Amino acid sequence: MAIDWFPLWLSLEVATAATVISLLLGIWLAWLLANKQFAGKDLLDALTTLPLALPPTVLGYYLLVVIGRPTWFGRAWEAVTGSPLVFTWKAAVIASTLHAIPLLVKSSRAALENADRAYERAARSLGASEWRVFWRVSMPLARRPVAAAAALAFARSLGDFGATLMVAGDIPGRTQTAAIAIYDAVESGNTLLARTLVIVISALTAAIVFFANRLERRRPGAPA
Amino acid sequence: MIRAAIVKRFAPGPESAAFQLDIEFEARPGVTVLYGPSGSGKTLTLDAIAGFVTPDSGRILLDDRILFDAESGVNLPPRLRSCGYVFQNYALFPHMTLRENLAFAAHALPRLERHRRIAELLEHFKLAAMAGRYPHELSGGQKQRGSIARALIADPRLVLLDEPARGLDAALRADLYELIQSLRAALSVPILLVTHDLEECFALAERVLICDAGRIVWRGAPLDLLRNPGTAAVARLIGGFNLCDAEVLSLDPGRQTSLLLLLGEEIAGPYLPGCFKGDKVTVCARAEDLRLATRPGDNRIRADLLHSVDRPQWVRAQFDRGVTVDVPREVWRALQDDGKRTGWWIEIPPECLRPLR
Repeated sequence: MAIDWFPLWLSLEVATAATVISLLLGIWLAWLLANKQFAGKDLLDALTTLPLALPPTVLGYYLLVVIGRPTWFGRAWEAVTGSPLVFTWKAAVIASTLHAIPLLVKSSRAALENADRAYERAARSLGASEWRVFWRVSMPLARRPVAAAAALAFARSLGDFGATLMVAGDIPGRTQTAAIAIYDAVESGNTLLARTLVIVISALTAAIVFFANRLERRRPGAPA
Repeated sequence: MIRAAIVKRFAPGPESAAFQLDIEFEARPGVTVLYGPSGSGKTLTLDAIAGFVTPDSGRILLDDRILFDAESGVNLPPRLRSCGYVFQNYALFPHMTLRENLAFAAHALPRLERHRRIAELLEHFKLAAMAGRYPHELSGGQKQRGSIARALIADPRLVLLDEPARGLDAALRADLYELIQSLRAALSVPILLVTHDLEECFALAERVLICDAGRIVWRGAPLDLLRNPGTAAVARLIGGFNLCDAEVLSLDPGRQTSLLLLLGEEIAGPYLPGCFKGDKVTVCARAEDLRLATRPGDNRIRADLLHSVDRPQWVRAQFDRGVTVDVPREVWRALQDDGKRTGWWIEIPPECLRPLR
């Protein structure tokens, strides 16, 4: 029997999209938490950590409450794009992003906070705008830990099951990701598919973790 | 010209006592040294001027620009303050080559001008051959010169140097002092230099501000510092002074002299304005201004030698009753009489005694 590789490709695509989105959003949140003082900072800090602690199905339920078809967001989405958001691969991307973002925010914030502030001061004193300070100094100095966190975030979005199942469902050939396909394969006795996917996902994740650890071991700031 | 009059209070923290910075000074083009023990607020003053610390009250003026004014709410961000800040650990960006570090600072200049300026400074600071290296591939002296070059590239209107000689060996220190003196000649902007090294202070300063516990406790030319430290606290901060309590026995305004009871002896001293007969005063004398003698005489007191320490050019002899005398080595060797000398007298030249407040 030929193996259906679609779930694996879908997972990789979803995880890539989720990593890109959580990188952009996560670094911004991390910068906000590391540099700014504002009302509700503790609340934002707690909110960004929550997806790490909540059961994925609970997270998925909340997502349904927010982006489901009858909600204002769901209706607005449908009005603009012409099709519902839930039970599509896009919903899977949102679920994976939410699943991956706490890791990125935490690591990036630590990296930004641990960097020697003297460099940022020097940059400001040399006439650099905050934008320039961030992109030319803070980010390059924190790039290794942030890249390591992004790799782990990718691995985490690759493996999301509960939240994705809740909002994207289990539609073979459309929203069935690798993690869900493994469950289905085991349930239906398709051992070959289950084993193949398990081995591929394991190898991939192991490689990512190895890569992330190596990135983190290098001293931040030392040129490669 | 820079003018600052600022107050900044710090509440006590879990590991720090409460601290108040309350300083007021102005500095003209030339080198002004902020001297004081660590924790006296020197670096904090630089940080407030550069815009990294916001004072609670007061104002900071650089030439005709207001950098900070608590009353009108003006607080320019660091990037608009035109301060060339040379940080204690250089703070060269580790992920950029030396040339890139300079280019970062020259960002606002037009492109052609930028290249010309970078080349000019690399040349002037003898760094042209190292331009492509990363900071970790440079020696301490090269990093030092690189960070000064970077601070100067955008033509700052004020240069701030935070302990620039820290961590440099004696030879590099001498180079650095020469470099700073050449800067002083080439730039017509104030240079504020923070140090807790008295030699550095004398080598570089045209004017000295002595900081202690967040305040400026003395200001003036470096040589006046030795002639007239003003207070016992300043004399102790600088070191090398003998401090002694004395009683005024008589005063002669006509001859500008006085007679003091000092360490149990009648000692002639300078006229002490504002003092009366019978007053108790504290006087000081530089250790190098006192002379050693082997027999009694005018203005001499008997003393017992406790120990002596060899210094590069002179010997520091410690006597009982807390008297320290610095003597040139040859004089010391001649007086010591192969270590057999037991009776010592210390001669106090009248003009070397200074009253302290």
